[in-house]
Amino acid sequence: MGDEELRDAVAAGVLAAEAGHRELLQSIVEVARAIFGARASSIFLLDAATDELVFEAVAGEGASSLIGQRLPSSTGIAGWVLVARQPLVLDDLENDPRFARGVAESTGYVPKSLMAVPLLHEEEVLGVLQVLDRPQKERFSLQEMELLGLFANQAAIALDLLGRARRARAVVDDESPLGVVARLAATLAALPVERRDPALDLLATLERVLGR
Amino acid sequence: MTEPHEEELPAWSLPAAALESIRMPPTWPDRVDREWAWGGSTGKGAVVAVVDSGIERGHPLVGEVEEAVVVTGAVGEEPSIEEDEEGDACGHGTACSGIIRSLAPECRLVSVRVLGSGWTGSGRLLVAGLRWAIDRGVDVINLSLSTTKLDLAAALHELTDAAYFNRTIVVASAHNMPVESFPWRFSSVLSVGSHDLDRGDTFFYNPNPPVEFFARGVEVEVAWLGGASLRSTGNSFATPHMSGFCALIRAKHPELTPFQVKSVLYLTANNVVEETHG
Repeated sequence: MGDEELRDAVAAGVLAAEAGHRELLQSIVEVARAIFGARASSIFLLDAATDELVFEAVAGEGASSLIGQRLPSSTGIAGWVLVARQPLVLDDLENDPRFARGVAESTGYVPKSLMAVPLLHEEEVLGVLQVLDRPQKERFSLQEMELLGLFANQAAIALDLLGRARRARAVVDDESPLGVVARLAATLAALPVERRDPALDLLATLERVLGR
Repeated sequence: MTEPHEEELPAWSLPAAALESIRMPPTWPDRVDREWAWGGSTGKGAVVAVVDSGIERGHPLVGEVEEAVVVTGAVGEEPSIEEDEEGDACGHGTACSGIIRSLAPECRLVSVRVLGSGWTGSGRLLVAGLRWAIDRGVDVINLSLSTTKLDLAAALHELTDAAYFNRTIVVASAHNMPVESFPWRFSSVLSVGSHDLDRGDTFFYNPNPPVEFFARGVEVEVAWLGGASLRSTGNSFATPHMSGFCALIRAKHPELTPFQVKSVLYLTANNVVEETHG
C-alpha cells in the first residue's frame, strides 16, 4: 500500500463515499441526456483488471438493465473510442448489423444515433461517455462536439474520484497492517468529542515517540 | 528523372564542390495549383496504410485491400504481426478506407489492425503497427489513434521523425480535448481537424498550429460494417480526406518528400488559394 493510497483512505473518511460519487455520475448522465435532448446517456468505466468496459451509470432507455453489464475493451464503437482517445458521432446506426444485434441482445433497444467520447484524466483513460438518440431535426454541429468534450471532462473527474474512493475502500477493507490507520481514522471521526479528544492526545504522544 | 534522395549526398555538410550533387530538377511551376498538384491523378501506385480497427474485406465503397495485418501481444510480450483474416473490429477503419478510396480510387490500401486484442497495452500495439508501416515504406499512413501515455511519447516521436525522413507521410487526427496526446502534436506528422462544410474536396490550412489542416469531418457519409454506410462526425473522418489528397499528390509526384507535400497542400488549401489568387 502506497503513502498516497493511505492518505486517500484517511482523507476520504472512506466509508459511504462511494455512494456519493455514484450519485455524481448518475447526475452527469442525467444532465447529458437532458442537455442534448437525448433518449439515453451512459458512462462506461474501464475495469483494467479484467480489461473490460462496465456500464457504471445510465439515464433513460435501458437504465435498469444495463448497470454492471460488461463489454470487451477494444472492439465495437466504445472500444474504439477508448483506444483511439477520440470522440465519435454516428448516425444511421441501424445500418450496422453487428452493432444492432449486439446492442439489441443486451438492452432490447437499438439506438439510431450515438455520440461517444473518451473520459480522460491526465495520462489515463478511465472510460467512455455515450449519448444515444439525440433529436435528428438538425445537422450536428462542431459546437455540440465541444459541449460533449466539456461533459466528458466533468465525467472524467467524477470517475477519477470514484476510482480513488474504491482504492481507499480496498485499503480499509484490507487486512494489511497499515489498514488499521485508516480504520482508526474512521473510528475517531465517529466518536463523540469527549472520547475523541483523549484518544487524539494518546495518538499525539505516539507520534512524538515515533520521532516526528 | 533522378531522385535526389537516392544519390550519395553529403551527410552533415555541403562542400562547394558537391553543389552539383544536390541540384534539384526544376519541376515546380511558378504557381502551384491543384491541377499541377494532383490533376489527372487517381492515386495509382501510392500505398496508403490505415492503422486502425482493420478493414472489412469486399466492402463496395472500399474495394480491394492489398494487404491486411494484425498487431497482437500481451503486456510484457514483444508485439507480433500476422496476416489479418478477421476484418474490422469496429467499423472505423473501413470508414476511413472508404473516404481515402473516394478521393484516390486507384491507391493501394494496406490495413494495420491494432484494435481488438484488449485495451491494456494498446499503446504498444499502436507503436508496433506504426513501425511496421514505416518499415514497409508506404507513402501515407492514416492514423486516427493517439495515446496519452507519456512513456510512449519518445518512441512515437522517434518513429514519426523516421517516417518524415523516410518519405512516409503520417496523417494524424488532432485531439480536441483538454489533454496532451501523441503523436498528432508532433511537427513531423500532418495533423488534421474538422471543418463543417459539406465538401470533401475543400480543405484549409490553419495558421494557428498545432492543428495544421482542416478537412471535412461533420456528417460524412462513410462505409461501415456489413457493406453498409452511415453518417459520421469527428476529426477521425477529416483525417482520411487529407490522406486521400496526400495519396493523389504522391502518386503524381513520387519524388516529393513529406515536407514538400505539406508545402503543396499549403499552396493548394482553399483559404490560401482564395486569398492569394481570388
